Amino acid sequence: MPTLAERILGAPAGECVDRAIDVAYAHDGTGVLALQTFRTIGKPLARPGRMRLLFDHIVPANNSETATLQAELRRFAHESGVPLCDVGEGICHQVMGEGGVRPGEVVIGADSHTCTLGAFGAFATGVGATDMAAIWATGETWLRVPETTKISLSGELGGGAEAKDLALAYVSRLGMDGATYRALEFRGEGAATLSMAGRLTCSNLAIEAGAKTGLFYADRTTCEYLAGFGVEASPQTVEDADYADEHDIDLGAVEPLVAVPHRVDSARPVDRVAGTAIDQVFVGTCTNGRLEDLERFAAAIKGRRVRVRTVVIPASRRVLAGAIRSGALEAIVEAGCTVGPPGCGPCLGMHLGVLGEGEVCLSTANRNFRNRMGVGGEVYLASVGTAAASSLAGEIAPPEGAA
Amino acid sequence: MRLAGRAIRLPPDIDTDMIIAGRYLRTKDRSVWAARAFEDLDPTLAGRLRGAVIAAGPNFGCGSSREQAAVALREAGVVAVVAPSFARIFYRNAINLGLPIAEAELDCEDGDPVEVDLEAGLVRAGDRPPVPIAPLSPRMRAILGAGGLVELLKGTA
Repeated sequence: MPTLAERILGAPAGECVDRAIDVAYAHDGTGVLALQTFRTIGKPLARPGRMRLLFDHIVPANNSETATLQAELRRFAHESGVPLCDVGEGICHQVMGEGGVRPGEVVIGADSHTCTLGAFGAFATGVGATDMAAIWATGETWLRVPETTKISLSGELGGGAEAKDLALAYVSRLGMDGATYRALEFRGEGAATLSMAGRLTCSNLAIEAGAKTGLFYADRTTCEYLAGFGVEASPQTVEDADYADEHDIDLGAVEPLVAVPHRVDSARPVDRVAGTAIDQVFVGTCTNGRLEDLERFAAAIKGRRVRVRTVVIPASRRVLAGAIRSGALEAIVEAGCTVGPPGCGPCLGMHLGVLGEGEVCLSTANRNFRNRMGVGGEVYLASVGTAAASSLAGEIAPPEGAA
Repeated sequence: MRLAGRAIRLPPDIDTDMIIAGRYLRTKDRSVWAARAFEDLDPTLAGRLRGAVIAAGPNFGCGSSREQAAVALREAGVVAVVAPSFARIFYRNAINLGLPIAEAELDCEDGDPVEVDLEAGLVRAGDRPPVPIAPLSPRMRAILGAGGLVELLKGTA
């Protein structure tokens, strides 16, 4: 039987297929280069209705050079009819995941974390600017059908562990290139216990193990989530398939983890780094900036005061509005955190919380590469609960509920 | 396609942030990317890339999809990149831009003359025996042969 990737792409692993794109999107970072290349190709836009542009990487613009580049892209969107999610709408992967992607679709994004949307049972993968320009010109792309690494999940998360800890655990087990050219398939009874937000977090880190996408089979949770956005979907049948590699993870045994500088696959139990001095905590990004994350963070710090600079950035306008309605935002602001506008924030080291030389950040994001958040800065990656405990302690600390 | 250059060895898991840092991305001036390539790894490296064959460790180009990484190497005059494995988005980007890359286990020292023969599927450093290059798919050969995806698409009116 075929893997989910083979089923969606309609061919066995190893074959190259040309596929019409169901949805393709680029952001203010990759869109500029894609537009330049698209104009060099000199063909008309093939299927504008399938394309999206979303501004998230540096929003609002941090200087006039960025603003000018964004203005050019904005003009292109208005002239060509490509729907634009402008400044303030949120991170592309989050916004697309708010009803913009259905199970079984082929979704291409000009950003490496497009794999996030594999959580809906869609073949979602990232490409560079030239591939995106070619998609604008032809409406299709070619894909090599990947082999699949199966990750069987059993049990249920507990002991203060979150989907983020599961993600750090599998990336560390596979290694930074352990799934290169492959798809990941998360399945088993444990997968069903994860919320949609948790699945998105889990799929988000697939690229950190080199994978093309991180797939969950659409089930009742997926369909109920999509129904909330007025999108109809059916569950995907789960069948046995031929896998290139298989791993078992007992969610009950996953403990709160921290990936230390400068590798994502360096996760260790939070106890081993507890007490590490930090200068900043950052909660947000396409990994952990969803409403569930903000509410979890707010619940942990409500009525208390953070002891270290803490930046909280909702992943989308919808998340921000939800956090206002639920009172999470009030708790976050009153605890002394700084809230930024929906977008990627300081994750890519451009604005809104860049680190200084020698500064250390505990972040809920997905990359801790050298100098990523600022030259000479160091990044530790962890869950929202660990971020909250660390904000309150002023140093890296285990989350509430940890053994 | 036969290419020759001097080897510059690089460690495993070179990410695209390391090839070109995020702080240099917001421009359309490609010379900036070439001038700032590998700045956080070794600020002197960019000046030595012209005519070089990068001989890297596994998983070259991991991380961000930023195509500016592959553009930077091409603009800086890198002849080819050889590594035991590449992160897949970087791999696609390089082929799409016509930057020759070769998956091979190349044993060499800094400064060794390296010959990359993509047709024969062999790469050789100095006097060492040649080692095989993992074959490119026909699709990738066609893109690389056309000089990149843009040129290939322009050819199909």
